[in-house]
Amino acid sequence: MTSSPSAEPRSADGRPASFPIGRSCPFAPPDAYAAMREEAPLTKVAIPGGKEAWLVTRHADVRTALASPAASSDARHPAFPALGDGEQAVAADLRPFIRMDPPDHTRVRRMLVGEFTVKRVRAMRPAIEEICAEQVDHLLSRPAPADLVGDYANRVSTTVICRLLGVPTADLEFFRRVTTITGGRSSTAEQVGAALADLFALLDRLIDDKAADPQDDLISRLVTGPLARGEITRSSLLSQIGITLNAGHETSRNMIPLAALTLLRHPDQLDLLRADPGLWPAAVDELLRLLSVADVIPLRVATEDIELDGATIPAGDGFIALLAAADHDPRAFADPGELDITRSERHHVAFGYGVHQCVGQNLGRLELEVALRTLFDRVPTLRPAVPVEELPLRSASAIFGLEEVPVRW
Amino acid sequence: MVSPGSGAGALRARAETGVCVGAGQCARVAPALFDQHDDGTVRLLRADVPAEARDDLLLAVDLCPSGALGAEEPA
Ligand code: HEM
Ligand code: SF4
Repeated sequence: MTSSPSAEPRSADGRPASFPIGRSCPFAPPDAYAAMREEAPLTKVAIPGGKEAWLVTRHADVRTALASPAASSDARHPAFPALGDGEQAVAADLRPFIRMDPPDHTRVRRMLVGEFTVKRVRAMRPAIEEICAEQVDHLLSRPAPADLVGDYANRVSTTVICRLLGVPTADLEFFRRVTTITGGRSSTAEQVGAALADLFALLDRLIDDKAADPQDDLISRLVTGPLARGEITRSSLLSQIGITLNAGHETSRNMIPLAALTLLRHPDQLDLLRADPGLWPAAVDELLRLLSVADVIPLRVATEDIELDGATIPAGDGFIALLAAADHDPRAFADPGELDITRSERHHVAFGYGVHQCVGQNLGRLELEVALRTLFDRVPTLRPAVPVEELPLRSASAIFGLEEVPVRW
Repeated sequence: MVSPGSGAGALRARAETGVCVGAGQCARVAPALFDQHDDGTVRLLRADVPAEARDDLLLAVDLCPSGALGAEEPA
């Protein structure tokens, strides 16, 4: 087979195929990814808003592209390949550091990385174990079928992130309501706007509260440190807290139920874990790879030509480093479609690559491990209450997930 | 630069805090070789990496997303 350096699959009207492409199976990337990855290193697609962008689909190319200093995350660039309604305008206005370039990005990221060191996260384990135990109690207190998303994963995820940031328990229900709206399939743009405004009002109030009475939490440390020293403005601080909260909440909320269902579909792998709990960390990374739920988060513009293996992303063009395509590249992973918690390849890109690689990855890993372990230890008879084909996909969300997962035990 | 599977001996490790983005992959996969400062940046625990830790070093170098780590054959 000869392969051209780039492919432009055309739809009937002669335009490039449109993107994003939905998943048909919740446990695998869209079928079209494999064909694009085999065809050529780059695929041109039409994205919402009448723009075009390149998809990077091969593992080595995704790492090269995301590590390149010419890969800009700045949403203010006209070619920035935003996929959601209003996503570009909001990011250009709020400037969360996930959409900034060095040196601005470096400054903000340096304020946060200390919160997420391997050591720091390890110290959070007892607190996360307690949270997961409480939330399994809640799940089991519900009449079956209960919802593994609403009655467990979302509660674990919101409680952990609020504990990290220092959002008081009294505000947790409010926070859950708001994030249900902002991430919800059925919410209108106005509802999302209003919910976001409510959320920022809450965070704004917290900044004052923490300045007056600092506690042992992330917001307190940012308020008494960088904010007090004038190293960051109050409005930027709000954006940075907002993105940390959002990125840390939706990912875990979506990953926990998908990972639990995946393990239930692979009883042999679950048996391995029951026999040797020391395999859990490797299992978590394998689930992260297989599911790659943050697939379309790394949006970039090439500020200069970026050379890939056999193709070039031209300067000025937008591109998307398709994480699920990379994590299912047979060049990088043997039998990529198989869940194999003992596989030796560990270089998945579910957390991205380059300077923006997930700052919360060690917390994300721990949270997933404890949430899944607690669930399977406490509810050994857990099973889905509906056929997998009937599970509603969370299609409007940038992070892939399921709307609800009815379960019995 | 040393690539995985390219030998078996001891190595020299390099870590540049100025490049590091604090993702902590190194401290996670090779805790005997790397730690993190309180600000999240990499702290090299031992530059002379014995043969038995060679694979750990090469894995950390491969996983580091920022290019802050390096491995060289000792001079
Ligand atoms: C557990 C599953 C998670 C996955 C799959 C995930 C995935 C990702 C990915 C792919 C990126 C890179 C985006 C890009 O390159 O444009 C990222 C960045 C980020 N993540 Fe995560 N994440 C997870 C958990 C978390 C958690 C628990 C937190 C925080 C508590 C978090 C906070 C962030 C932040 C703040 C960024 C921006 C970092 C930067 O731009 O420097 N994530 N995440
Ligand atoms: S893996 Fe690389 S970027 Fe991450 S802490 Fe270690 S040196 Fe820094």
